[in-house]
Amino acid sequence: MVYFGDLKPKKGKIHIDKERCKGCGFCVEYCPRDVLELSEEFNRKGYHPPRIVKEEECCYCQLCEAICPEFSLYVTLKKEEEEGEKSESRP
Amino acid sequence: MKEEDRLEERNPMEEFLRMDRMPHIWCPGCGLGTVVASFAAALRKSQVDLNKVAIVSGIGCTGRVAGYVKLDSFHTTHGRPVPFATGLKLANPELKVVVFSGDGDIVGIGGNHFIHAARRNMDILVICVNNFNYAMTGGQVAATTPIQANLSTAPYGNFEYPFNLPYLADACGAIYVARWTSLHLRRVTKSIQEALAKKGFSFIEVITPCVTLYARRNRLGDGLNLLKYYYENSEIQHGADTRTLDIDFQGKIIVGKFIDKEKPTFFECMNTHLKKVLGDKYRPYYGE
Repeated sequence: MVYFGDLKPKKGKIHIDKERCKGCGFCVEYCPRDVLELSEEFNRKGYHPPRIVKEEECCYCQLCEAICPEFSLYVTLKKEEEEGEKSESRP
Repeated sequence: MKEEDRLEERNPMEEFLRMDRMPHIWCPGCGLGTVVASFAAALRKSQVDLNKVAIVSGIGCTGRVAGYVKLDSFHTTHGRPVPFATGLKLANPELKVVVFSGDGDIVGIGGNHFIHAARRNMDILVICVNNFNYAMTGGQVAATTPIQANLSTAPYGNFEYPFNLPYLADACGAIYVARWTSLHLRRVTKSIQEALAKKGFSFIEVITPCVTLYARRNRLGDGLNLLKYYYENSEIQHGADTRTLDIDFQGKIIVGKFIDKEKPTFFECMNTHLKKVLGDKYRPYYGE
């Protein structure tokens, strides 16, 4: 993948609260890299929560976090360790 | 685990929502949660003091927002969020008052309050979540239901002319009018940010899918289908003439920012006028 100038790919982690999910599928549909898919398993309420299938593809754009109507999915960005500067964890 | 690491692992909505009230009552596939997330993002980005923000909402699905946010909030009677917000603003002009309610609440039952707050140019922001029906009470025809839509009080299709909300707000004197669908989440966020920074009556309409009633009765699929449908059938036309913004059943939806102007607010008009009439006897109530 080609990046302009000093831009670096972001690093982070996707957190999914499976019990709060209602299985609407918004995150799966609108993920630009198809990182998520609806899993076969049920949660306590009988919905199918999403699961991460291709985490290495994720660009941490946080669209899934913004679109999740249940507030059950969020992304945390990792700080860049090489540069040693304290960058914000949230944009 | 270190303290810093632990903080990072927290859900960012925790500072904004009462997590003990979650999960919320909204149906799976409803777009309301997305609008609340956009609103939270707008508050975070515009860096307003959360102690100076008050949310007012009425009855309805959207009215539940007041109970879920961790801000000063007020859940009022049906159709009356705008007069309550007017009172809040008059009593404490420092507050940023936001009315977050549905279409049935703001322009159906509280239509008269809405037009008069817009006429006076009260300094409040009204976010109207439009799902085209009275969803919490069982899918009755609302003031915004498009012609032909089938609902529980219109089993053969609706035949009443619906409201064109941006035109209504514009005609009554709103200074900021925008319309988006709930999938335009970054644009909704930006719009709310702009409106929060403005002084005067701002109005933002957000079109969301109602999956359990509107979509089911009209056989439009699930929430995802409807969300995608609204997005794909929307056309961005900034500054479009508000008279042309009617929504037909399953027709094209024109979205964008239509009105963005400056006008003296209620407080400014009151202070200028009374100062002119009463002279030094009058002590200005706000600003100056």
